[in-house]
Amino acid sequence: MTAYEKICAARDKDRPTATKYIENIFEGFFELHGDRRYADDSAVIGGLATLSGRPVTVIALERGADTKDRIARNFGSAHPEGYRKALRLMRQAEKFHRPVICLIDTSGAYCGIGAEERGQGQAIAENLMAMMSLKTPIISILIGEGESGGALALAVADQVWMLENSVYSVLSPEGAASIIWKDASKVEEASESLKFTAQDLLSFGIIERIFAEPEGGDFSPLYEELRQALVQTLEQESTLSSKTLLKTRYEKFRKIGRQV
Amino acid sequence: MMLKKSMFRKPKIELEGYDKLQQTSSPSVPDEMCVSCPSCKTMLFSNDLWEHKYVCPGCGHHFRVNARQRIAFICDEDSFQEKDADFSSEDRLGFPGYAAKLKAAQLESAEKDAVVTGFAKISGYACGFFVMEPYFMMGSMGTIVGEKITRLFEEATERKLPVIGYTVSGGARVQEGMFSLMQMAKTSGAVKWHSDAGLLYITILTNPTTGGVTASFGMEGDIILAEPEALIGFAGPRVIEQTMRQKLPQGFQRAEFLLDTGFVDHIVDRREQKKTLAHLLALHEGGGNA
Repeated sequence: MTAYEKICAARDKDRPTATKYIENIFEGFFELHGDRRYADDSAVIGGLATLSGRPVTVIALERGADTKDRIARNFGSAHPEGYRKALRLMRQAEKFHRPVICLIDTSGAYCGIGAEERGQGQAIAENLMAMMSLKTPIISILIGEGESGGALALAVADQVWMLENSVYSVLSPEGAASIIWKDASKVEEASESLKFTAQDLLSFGIIERIFAEPEGGDFSPLYEELRQALVQTLEQESTLSSKTLLKTRYEKFRKIGRQV
Repeated sequence: MMLKKSMFRKPKIELEGYDKLQQTSSPSVPDEMCVSCPSCKTMLFSNDLWEHKYVCPGCGHHFRVNARQRIAFICDEDSFQEKDADFSSEDRLGFPGYAAKLKAAQLESAEKDAVVTGFAKISGYACGFFVMEPYFMMGSMGTIVGEKITRLFEEATERKLPVIGYTVSGGARVQEGMFSLMQMAKTSGAVKWHSDAGLLYITILTNPTTGGVTASFGMEGDIILAEPEALIGFAGPRVIEQTMRQKLPQGFQRAEFLLDTGFVDHIVDRREQKKTLAHLLALHEGGGNA
């Protein structure tokens, strides 16, 4: 598939969204609402679950299952209160020594007057800083689209995984086409140039792992594969001291673009 | 100090208009030593402007200044020791037009990349100091910007020094793709380690500070200052207008608006900034965990 075909696949309206992953990978998901500051942002789902018996915190960007749901969830574009809810739940996970698993599927942070008034930039910045020193393992999985700081705000993780046809980009190819080419029709060219596919990012050392997507649209084998991978990785990571965990996490990002 | 002609050019598109600026690179102000304030139209002599730190003495309009000028305004004379001055960006993705754009930006700004970092003294107080460069692709954050800022925080942590940083940025450097986005995480990590060592970090947000810089080290200061009327936000106003299909209210995303909504500690006139910074540094003297 070309980069443009991949982003179309990632955006396909029939592609499973985060809720499906939560239902199929974890047991007994109990949702926790609200950021305790302003509101509950339904673009971000967060809560408690078990993963093969181990309690975990799950945080996900949810695009919505149908049109009505998508509108209610702003198509998975979070407001500052969504990022603040995520941060609240991460700190709670740290307190109770639970790992955090983030599922990412968003075309970016919500762009609008309210989001700016309530400090979209500050909310994202605070998450980046806090996640860098969160003393519990974090694994982030890109399941569809992951664009801009709005995706990164849930992806400062020890492991960043991508599905085969998911994308992870500094901004949308439409945005790049209009900024760089001043021509909205250059989306395919922008898609190629941005190098946002899982395969590109694995080769750059920006992500750790790619999961193949089953042919024919039945994701059941994939959910099982993800579940096993999460169990295994968390087993390994829970043996690390928090000092080693944080040092390794810092170094993982530190090395990107290091000058010697 | 060299007077930059481009300083008096009326900014056409504040955030992404650097390529347009290149097309109109003939000076709009002839070589005479006189300019008109774009805000109140008062005629100003450039010598006077320098003395007023490029603030219109009539109406207080803050002219755009480059990184070297800010260093001269804030740091004690000859105290600035630059770091990593030879780092310059590579075209890692082979992005169409990027190599040429980098060359043009280097010519336009006389800098290697969009941030100048180093160690300096401000009224005798030692600190790490960085200034982003508006004339280099409007301070867009690429790998080198992230790397230089990260290295500055790492060294400041080692030397137990505070960091003072001036931001100006249109956001991520699109031409570096995900390498650019990752610099937000990387710099935030370096700021966090510096912070956890009990050290002070002050940001001064200048016009414009948007996108990935706002959403990382711009908003991570212990104390966040801003220049009057500076545009500060995550999404740029043009993007919001296009998305919302409505005009934004007067003063939206300006420094005064952020002060009202609680995201900025104080707005400080450029002519007062050195005094303010020295005062804040004095209050935190001997900082850092034992």
